[in-house]
Amino acid sequence: MSVLVYTESENGKFKKNAFEVASYASAVAKQMGTSVTAISFNASENESLGTYGVSKVLNVSNENLKTFNAKAFANAISEAVAKESASVIIVSSSTDTKFLAPLMSGKLQAGYVPNVVAAPESTSPFTVKRTAFSNKGFAQTQINSDIKVIGVSNNAFGAHENATAVSVEDFSPSLSDADFTTKSIEVDKVVGKATIADADIVVSAGRGLKGPENWGMIEELADVLGAATACSKPVSDLGWRPHGEHVGQTGKPVASNLYIAIGISGAIQHLAGVSSSKVKVVINTDPEAPFFKAADYGIVGDAFEVVPQLIEKLKEFKAQNA
Amino acid sequence: MKILVCISNVPDTTSKINFTDGDTKFDTNGVQFVINPNDEFGLTRAMWFKEKQGATVHVANVGGPSTEPTIRKALAIGADEAIRINAEPTDGLFVAQQLAEVVKNGAYDLVIAGRESIDYNGGMVPGMLAALLDMNFVNTCISLEVDGNAATAMREIDGGKEKIATSLPLVIGGQKGLVEESDLRIPNMRGIMMARKKALNVVEPVAAVKATQDTKFEKPVAKGTVKLVDNVADLINLLHNEAKAI
Repeated sequence: MSVLVYTESENGKFKKNAFEVASYASAVAKQMGTSVTAISFNASENESLGTYGVSKVLNVSNENLKTFNAKAFANAISEAVAKESASVIIVSSSTDTKFLAPLMSGKLQAGYVPNVVAAPESTSPFTVKRTAFSNKGFAQTQINSDIKVIGVSNNAFGAHENATAVSVEDFSPSLSDADFTTKSIEVDKVVGKATIADADIVVSAGRGLKGPENWGMIEELADVLGAATACSKPVSDLGWRPHGEHVGQTGKPVASNLYIAIGISGAIQHLAGVSSSKVKVVINTDPEAPFFKAADYGIVGDAFEVVPQLIEKLKEFKAQNA
Repeated sequence: MKILVCISNVPDTTSKINFTDGDTKFDTNGVQFVINPNDEFGLTRAMWFKEKQGATVHVANVGGPSTEPTIRKALAIGADEAIRINAEPTDGLFVAQQLAEVVKNGAYDLVIAGRESIDYNGGMVPGMLAALLDMNFVNTCISLEVDGNAATAMREIDGGKEKIATSLPLVIGGQKGLVEESDLRIPNMRGIMMARKKALNVVEPVAAVKATQDTKFEKPVAKGTVKLVDNVADLINLLHNEAKAI
């Protein structure tokens, strides 16, 4: 009957979303009158999960799982589900988790609801609120299967402290070669920079920048803010920026605290993809740009004048508030 | 190589979303339906395998009779045959079980589905299908090469990409990158004429579990009016003191 949460780590360190999903699991367990068990892979500082309401951690130490492998991870978590007789599994919305969760749910014949934005409305029947229609709507979804898998949206529920006594156990799932028939052979990843999925702030630019050679100031602004960089669909289609930066309905969703859109008019598909961001700022020369209707703050002005000023003033602000 | 491309029939990306029947159903009134964009990238990649490597390409859709124009479009783009499983696709696990039956009966080597549909955004059908059939699976796939039984794929990860080696039989959850936007094909008159003659086989669903159901929908609360400022100092002040975002 317990709640199992998969807490993601990278190079042994828990990701920010690990504390969010642990907090969510703790809220669900409270509603159901049960406790939270976490499963982690090669993580250090497993005790830190106790801060967010986890009372037991199953830590898998396995050299073969140092690199993410969706099938092996899915099968290991499924084994933990059986061991703990868990009826509810909480996972994040990271790209890796959206890879493993359907594999695990298919194997367990479990109803899986991703993109969940709030604690369950009720646990009997089990009903959760999630985004649908690419953030143009919300759905209340009822899960009827015995085992239920919930994917919590990034930055939606937040991390909430709830100090709990925690025990850490080693857990060795029985994996075989058949779990490793899909192998990672090369990872090409930006290190030391915020990613669109994890960043508190995302700085995004569009065709208003006129050409890829003008992205220097966007990157500088992102650096000053510790932000990730993103772009609109036309910009990625034109090859000015890599596909991985394309945010919107057919690109990546953004759910940051702050989203700054520069030279992006705000097509309906783009607005849908970024609508989960909490505070939106738009900088555009055209006061009629649709993005102004979806934004919290705006400056009508030329990016080539406004952005350098913004960088300069932000540097001063950061120096004062450091 | 025998390829099955799974397509979902979804509202065009420009659609305004409304709900009806006491907010329990999506309002299809005035909505233009299209092949799910993530699926269309996959279908176009399948055409490449057909033309360069002699693959056979079938498409499958779980849906009622109203999805047939979308299926015909996939045939006009160049798929050889189509299968429509005559059921409403209301739950990911249910859809995956229906497609699993098609894949088993058709002995497909490669199943290409979109990473997610842009309507219900479940993003689960390809992975569940792979689990049900014990096939290999690569999600958020942005490139795919097949050589004999071996497959090399690239997948998008948070902050970069990862190269993956695997083998057939394989399911992929595809997206833009499998082909470029400019590679997408608009059916020509010949394709449309030929599509009318191609087989569109309708099969009834197999008994399957429906694990979830949407009971109610709502639209996001409209934003308040934007606060316009005329200098960056005021913007920084508002972001810091009012929005508490920096």
